[in-house]
Amino acid sequence: MDVFRPLRGLCKLTWLEIKIFVREPMGFIGSVAIPVLMFVVLSRMLGRRLGEGTSEIFIQLRVGLPVVAAVFIAINTVLSLVAIISIYREGGILKRLRATPLGPVTILVTHVLVKLILTAVTVILMLLAGRRFYPAGADVPVVAFTLALLLSTWSILSIGFIIASVVRTARFAPPLGSLVLSSMLPFAFSGLLPFELPPSMQAVSRFIPLTYAVSLLSGIWQGDPWSAHLGDVAALVVVFAVCTLIASRLFRWE
Amino acid sequence: MSSPVIRVSGIRKTYGTTVAVDDVSFEVQPGEIFGLIGPNGAGKTTTMECVEGLRQPERGRIEVFGLDPTRDARALQDRIGVQLQEAQLQKRIKVWEAVDLWASLYPTTVDGDRLLDQLGLTEKRDAWFMTLSGGQKQRLFIALALINDPELVFLDELTTGLDPQARRAIWDLVRDIRERGTTVFLTTHLMEEAERLCDHVAIIEHGRIIDHDTPAGLVRRHCPERTVVVATAHDDAASRFRALPSVDTVTSEDTRLRVRGCGDDLVTEVIHCLSEHRMRVTEFRTEEPTLEDVFLKLTGRSIRD
Repeated sequence: MDVFRPLRGLCKLTWLEIKIFVREPMGFIGSVAIPVLMFVVLSRMLGRRLGEGTSEIFIQLRVGLPVVAAVFIAINTVLSLVAIISIYREGGILKRLRATPLGPVTILVTHVLVKLILTAVTVILMLLAGRRFYPAGADVPVVAFTLALLLSTWSILSIGFIIASVVRTARFAPPLGSLVLSSMLPFAFSGLLPFELPPSMQAVSRFIPLTYAVSLLSGIWQGDPWSAHLGDVAALVVVFAVCTLIASRLFRWE
Repeated sequence: MSSPVIRVSGIRKTYGTTVAVDDVSFEVQPGEIFGLIGPNGAGKTTTMECVEGLRQPERGRIEVFGLDPTRDARALQDRIGVQLQEAQLQKRIKVWEAVDLWASLYPTTVDGDRLLDQLGLTEKRDAWFMTLSGGQKQRLFIALALINDPELVFLDELTTGLDPQARRAIWDLVRDIRERGTTVFLTTHLMEEAERLCDHVAIIEHGRIIDHDTPAGLVRRHCPERTVVVATAHDDAASRFRALPSVDTVTSEDTRLRVRGCGDDLVTEVIHCLSEHRMRVTEFRTEEPTLEDVFLKLTGRSIRD
């Protein structure tokens, strides 16, 4: 038996899905071009003031803005996955692929890989643009920040799989995904705010997966070593494990 | 007789409280086109998907080439080709990309370009899936089902939604598949399709097989009546026909007489009678019962209901 066959299928389908994604103008513009453009525009608008400002709020913004942009890239990625899985399921594409030797795991891993590759491309483009326009971008650890974003995206993609599993139609899956993820944002970004949240909101934020993504991303952006964020990494891995387990029980191919 | 390619024994499949398939048994012999026929919702697709290994029946046993479709799915997938009902591909996948992807998944494949040529899709090689017509999409699905040079092909409601011309073109392709020595297992609710294509058919209704045989065998057993329609101005024609041994009834419609009866000699007797009595005939035709009539007889309703 050819042991490389599943790997060949995985590579081929991944490359094909990337090409298909790029051919979809709205998806490509929404997921890659707009986040990068928004970051560039905001950087140009605030750049000088951000660079020169010494007050607490400017210092917070210097870290906060790229982290917010990165989290939005991750959320975009997850919503894109939710949409694609539900559209593929509704159209019978998932079922058709499942009737090949590809195997269910390969098909799902392909979609995760495609989304992670596109996330990496987007964040690298954002960081390259940031180096040109953003005042605090010159000494950013590009590789470490990209890895942190990929880990965060990988973790919350599993939440996307749960949403894609439970929502029956392609029409309602992305709005529900958007609602679930955006409702996490006020709690997740609490650590970046220049004031403390009430204790009850702080308690809630500890149960929000995005909180750990924001903490990891802002720490790495500021040059923290990975060892300082092992708790965040562990939390993201646990989120992935739990959500993947739930999604595997709920997932429907048709 | 060689051992069957597919052997299904007493399978049952339910969805919640709905029994989709109950106590279904049949066999498919090598090299034949076998059709599972019945109205929409009768259990055709569920049965086929159980045989393909996409669904697990709660009861009963299925063997395909002696393998269990669920347990031995990997080994089986290399030997079968599948076309699913109402399946789609990615909207912006190109025809050649789909064929190339499918080809990369199997150890043995046929030449993809040649296959596209045989199916009349060469000109559409670089076209996106979303731009193909219904007939072209179905031909592409046939190409994907044949790319691994399978020994057995599953075709689920292959021509549903196609215009008559595209349907006939697909029928020719299915016959070509059989000519290659490949066994074909298809489902259809189109009785004409089953009659024209299938060597054997099983009629399924409410999840149960109600009979199976060759199309001609089913018609012969369940609808042995034949009808001869004769238009003649001869006054004694009706009474002379009624006197023939094979004739059961003679009814008149305008200038036509409808002569109904059983047996292979009916037409010969009517012709002989016309000749013997020198009756002048302006119209003569026979009406053969079809699988549609068999279905009506067995279930008490039309398959279109």
